[in-house]
Amino acid sequence: MTDTNENTRLQQALDRKTIELIDDTAGSIRDSIERGELPDIELPVRSLGNVNYDIARGYLELGGATKTRTLSVNTVRSFAQTLRLMAAARQMVESNDFATKREAYYISKNWGDCRFDQQAESDAIMDDIEALASMHGLSREQLRFYPESHGGSVAGALTIIDTDPETGGTLSIDCAGLGSGAYSVPRSVERLRFSTDADFVLAIETGGMFQRLHNHRFWKKANCILVEMGGVPTRATRRFIRRLSDEVDIPVYCFVDCDPYGFANIYRTLKAGSGNAAHINRFFCVPRARFLGVTPQDIIDYGLADATHPLSKTDIKRATDAIGNDPFFNAHPQWIAAIKQLLEMGVRAEQQALAKWGLNYVIDEYLPRKLDDRVGFLP
Amino acid sequence: MTKQDPTYITAREMAGRQREISVSEFFLKNRHLLGFDSRAKALLTTVKEAVDNALDACEEAGILPDIRVQIIKADQDVYRVIVEDNGPGILENQIARIFGKLLYGSKFHKLAQSRGQQGMGISAAGMYAQLTTGKSLHVISRVKGERMASELHVSVDTTSNKPQMHGKKKGKWDRPHGTRIEAEMEGRYQKGTHSVDMYLKQTAIANPHASFHFQGPHGEDISYERSSRELPPPPVEIKPHPRGVELGRLIQMLNSTKSRHLLPFLQNEFSRVGPKTARQIIETSGHSLSERSLPKRIAHAQANALYRAIKKVPVSAPRTDCVVPIGEQRLLDGMKKEIDADFYIVKTRPPAVYRGNPFQIEVGIAWGHPGGAGLAVDKDGHIDKVAQHKRDAAEALVLHADEPAHLLRFANRVPLLYEQGGCAITRAVLQTNWRNYGLKQPKGALPIAPMAILVHLASVWVPFTSEAKEAIAQYPEIIKQLKLGLQECARRLAEHLRRETRLKNEYDKRTHIEKYLPHVGIALQDILHLSDAERDQAIGKLDDVLHKSRKIQ
Repeated sequence: MTDTNENTRLQQALDRKTIELIDDTAGSIRDSIERGELPDIELPVRSLGNVNYDIARGYLELGGATKTRTLSVNTVRSFAQTLRLMAAARQMVESNDFATKREAYYISKNWGDCRFDQQAESDAIMDDIEALASMHGLSREQLRFYPESHGGSVAGALTIIDTDPETGGTLSIDCAGLGSGAYSVPRSVERLRFSTDADFVLAIETGGMFQRLHNHRFWKKANCILVEMGGVPTRATRRFIRRLSDEVDIPVYCFVDCDPYGFANIYRTLKAGSGNAAHINRFFCVPRARFLGVTPQDIIDYGLADATHPLSKTDIKRATDAIGNDPFFNAHPQWIAAIKQLLEMGVRAEQQALAKWGLNYVIDEYLPRKLDDRVGFLP
Repeated sequence: MTKQDPTYITAREMAGRQREISVSEFFLKNRHLLGFDSRAKALLTTVKEAVDNALDACEEAGILPDIRVQIIKADQDVYRVIVEDNGPGILENQIARIFGKLLYGSKFHKLAQSRGQQGMGISAAGMYAQLTTGKSLHVISRVKGERMASELHVSVDTTSNKPQMHGKKKGKWDRPHGTRIEAEMEGRYQKGTHSVDMYLKQTAIANPHASFHFQGPHGEDISYERSSRELPPPPVEIKPHPRGVELGRLIQMLNSTKSRHLLPFLQNEFSRVGPKTARQIIETSGHSLSERSLPKRIAHAQANALYRAIKKVPVSAPRTDCVVPIGEQRLLDGMKKEIDADFYIVKTRPPAVYRGNPFQIEVGIAWGHPGGAGLAVDKDGHIDKVAQHKRDAAEALVLHADEPAHLLRFANRVPLLYEQGGCAITRAVLQTNWRNYGLKQPKGALPIAPMAILVHLASVWVPFTSEAKEAIAQYPEIIKQLKLGLQECARRLAEHLRRETRLKNEYDKRTHIEKYLPHVGIALQDILHLSDAERDQAIGKLDDVLHKSRKIQ
């Protein structure tokens, strides 16, 4: 199939680019040594201090700050580990294999002095290499490092075209034909293609709400694709939603709890990426996502006041942080207003609070009414 | 019991009982004053007095001293001490008086730097031997240039302080010149801080121009070879400085002077007194004294006035070229020769004056065990470990890091082994705040450190606290100079220790970095498909780059 061949060619080009990047890095280090100079690796700084939000681009992006690893007391260990992990990545690209983050941690166990003591250490080095690769348009998956957690679940009016890892042949998965089950987003979604005539994607925070909408075939009624995020969406889920919305050109609506976690952690991460891993946000964000609900105004409009909980200390801190420090919220005055409104009300409401009016109130009343006024969705 | 009437005696009876006490008799009863209060100390003091005299004699005659000390066990707690030198020898008619009469000597009446001062030590040793074993001192001496040596036995008549000679004869002696004395006495030979071994070792440090050979009762056979063939300059004799003179001494000087008049008396008998100062003293004293007053006719009241005038009139400080320090280089040589350590510091202070007597302080510090931190920097900037050699712990003067520093005190090149607590040197060491220099120091104690502190006081007159010459009196001027010398050495020691700490830190850092170099090599090999040889070459080069790029501050 042409598509598959096209895919393979693309993949091979990316692989060549990955190997080139690793070879160039190692080569310049060797040149430094040959010239009698102290070798170093320059890597982007991954902290929030080096994160910008460009509203036009729509995601949190790394600034220009870099850090240098060289043969100094403080950096020599990570210098050597970075190089060894790059060597491991190169080998996996060559042999078309992969390692989970956990496996990458164990690979280091025969590195002697260089070995990682905890997975947090290998994760950090991996993030550094990934940040470097992202500067060249390459993702972690391209380096063959995969996250442990799988993606979310998908159901609805969507056909996914995948490749059989064994035969290389094409496989079609109809997400409307999986009964009460759902399609599970794989670790790497780069090779997937989509076919759908749905109007939008509905990204849902909780498994319970997803199950209710799926079982009652809400996707059929609203002609949409349902994606369960299960809290903060994993990279694979974000990438899946991003590719879906890009390839078939449909909007994404986000349906989460009305609390600072829902806004700042789940929605913000889905839309603009995470602050911790800003180097990959350009791939792992869904800039065209919009916030359906539950909004603070919904608590009033849908009479949920008596189904709320007071904001906890953590909630309040999270909310004030979002207003004060988060470059994403600061770029959107509507969001500042909404969070302030929530802080004034002093309460939070879960998606399930809608069940106060009956279990299917969400299907029959809430979602249809909200979908009638899509312009009013928060950005 | 009935109470008896006390019996009183008359002045006449009293007079009948009063008689002259001979010096020898006095010291026989007070032998601790001369350092013969225990058997071990008696043995050491005998060696010390004999060696001190031998060194003085050799130096005065311009001979590089070769001194042999032999201790033979004769019986339970009885030892024969033999000390032999290559000095100029002693004229036969002087031998008896030198060895058989207390307070007979060449050094008491002049102000010139020497080891002996009172002319008492060696005769006291002879007397002690005589008292404990009944054997007299056996002396052989051959004067340089004479064909035959004199041999005789000398004892002291303690009641009259007169020497007695026996068995005097002339004979052949295979030494060209020199003196050999042999004494048999009760004693105890021991090791440690107060041992003959330690005394000789320390003497060798302070006298790098002298060689010593020691044969001990347990088969010890130790040579301390000279490290310098340069004799210290002969000491210059000076006249007393007016600042240091006391009234009694002044009266004595007035009585015994050869000057006929007061003006020349002052000019001739004191240093730093010229005609102008002398006139000024006479004018200030008033009391009918004039330039032409006869010194021998000056009454007590007049002498007192003169004494006060001497103290009042400004006189320039005494000349100090009469003090002969060991010298920094030679002290350093002596220390290196006899003390195993990693680092040495020496400082000779400029001369100073106490009570009109010039003196000079020298301080030396020997620090750590040879090899120190065990690190050395080569010309390419690599830091390498160097071997640290093991030493004989018993002989070590530099002890462990958790023990108090070893304090070695010297006065006119003579080690002081006893009375450490009462000595000005100890006081100055304790008053120095070693914590300022990065060392541990319990309150009021010696610093805790692997080091030996050497302190030498050279003076025309060392103010000992007792005739046994074991401790130096605590004159403020002396304490001040001691502390200045100690502080200067401590400052340099602190610099050295900081440097060593930096080197150690830098070494640890490089060791840490070096651990990862092979991994850089392996990674480069994996990525760039290098051969093993290329990989190892890269690692080697990386190591060079590392060491060149890092500085040791």
